[in-house]
Amino acid sequence: MTAPAPVVRLADVHKRFGRRVVLDGVTLEVAAGSRLGLIGPAASGKTVLTKLCCGLERADTGAVAIEGTDITRASETALLPVRARIGMLFQNYALFDFMTVGENVAFPLARQGVAPEEIAPRVADRLRAVGLAGSEDKLPSELSGGMKKRVGIARATIARPDLVIYDEPTAGLDPVTTSKIYDLLAADQQAIGGTVIAISSDVAGLCQFVDEIAFLYRGKIHYRGPARTIADAPDPIVRQFVRGDTEGPLET
Amino acid sequence: MRRVAGLFEGAGAAAINVAREAGGMVMLLGSVLRALVPPSMDGRELVRNLHKMGNRSVPIVALTAFFAGALMTIQSAPFVQRLGATSLAGWAAGYAVLREIGPILIALMFSGRVGANNTAELGTMTVTEQLDGLRALAIDPVRYLIVPRVVAMIVMLVALTAIGDLVALLGGAALGKAALGIEWTTMYHSFADNLGPQDFLQGIWKSLAFGGAIAITSCHFGTTVRGGAVGVGRAVNAQVVASAVSIMLLDFFLTYMNI
Repeated sequence: MTAPAPVVRLADVHKRFGRRVVLDGVTLEVAAGSRLGLIGPAASGKTVLTKLCCGLERADTGAVAIEGTDITRASETALLPVRARIGMLFQNYALFDFMTVGENVAFPLARQGVAPEEIAPRVADRLRAVGLAGSEDKLPSELSGGMKKRVGIARATIARPDLVIYDEPTAGLDPVTTSKIYDLLAADQQAIGGTVIAISSDVAGLCQFVDEIAFLYRGKIHYRGPARTIADAPDPIVRQFVRGDTEGPLET
Repeated sequence: MRRVAGLFEGAGAAAINVAREAGGMVMLLGSVLRALVPPSMDGRELVRNLHKMGNRSVPIVALTAFFAGALMTIQSAPFVQRLGATSLAGWAAGYAVLREIGPILIALMFSGRVGANNTAELGTMTVTEQLDGLRALAIDPVRYLIVPRVVAMIVMLVALTAIGDLVALLGGAALGKAALGIEWTTMYHSFADNLGPQDFLQGIWKSLAFGGAIAITSCHFGTTVRGGAVGVGRAVNAQVVASAVSIMLLDFFLTYMNI
């Protein structure tokens, strides 16, 4: 029996912006149903890597495939069905400020043609799950950063996508809300059975949620290993990063 | 020697930049045209933009047009009065207003008010990743955001130009009566007898082209913003300049070809 094709497959991906090399030969596979945490120093290319996975950025060289579909050079039209199976939480929330909270969360369903009478209860349910029950009529400008983040999570997951990418899902949230959010993300993933890639600077919190950690450093996946033992990783650079030591071989 | 080389380098960089922006606008125009065949756009977005861009521009356009018409009368009436050709006062003011001053002034006002606003709005959406958010949700931003704006801008600039033309003629007649003692009926007959539909239509054709130019430049600079709030400011500035230049160039060629 052959193993199922990975949901995400990046092969020798290179990406540069001007003269700055961001990704320098990244090869990464994410298995269906798994949860991968992506960590690394600031500006190491984590967000760029996740944007490559839904075609928001294009690789200079190398190949990117999602659920077996090569999207490396896919046109915007060809990307639409691939993106419809992906949910993404952006670092800066990316909430549509001309829509209410309810409209933002309902948007993926409305665009998929889900019946309006089915949308309203699902939106209410999702908002309740992220602790924002009754916020449907508020505008994003009326929300705090943490609340916007939670609306972003609700929007990213409401259509039950096969792959969910969370870029800093708990940044700006207090410790209690952070724990609640990770519990929610875990429950969602178990209920839907999708695949998760999560970027977070909160390595300890992230390790409670994901199965595996990939450490992006100097444009490459420098290390990949189980999340629960990441603090004792054999690589001194990873250990220094995870422990937050100021002295060591890590170059930032 | 180094200064000369620097001069060439600067000129080359500027030329490349202009070519890049012009190329970007042509690409965007192509995407918009592709999205219009067959015509499909978000109806709510279209109505929202028609209201925002058109209805709210009427007062400022009317004010500008009224004084533009009055000014044309101030400039032309003394000469026609001196020549004893008062019946041509309306023609002199109306011809200039309908064919040139009206469409150009209204387009420049529209560019400053609506075009700049559109660039700032799209620019802010770009830097806050809202356009990426749309794309990530499998929504084509051109079809969803750009096409309704382009259509709304063209439709509303044509409508505003038609309204502005009428208000400008009214302004010309009012000034003629108030300051120069030219009767309303004299001005009316001067307009009616000497101005034809082609004078009005030339301004309308121009406003159609100006609307397209303002729409494409404002959307292009809005969706290619880089660098946060500073970048948005730069994009708005570039849009105002590019729109004004394109309005003048289009006006020259359209007038030269007598369209």
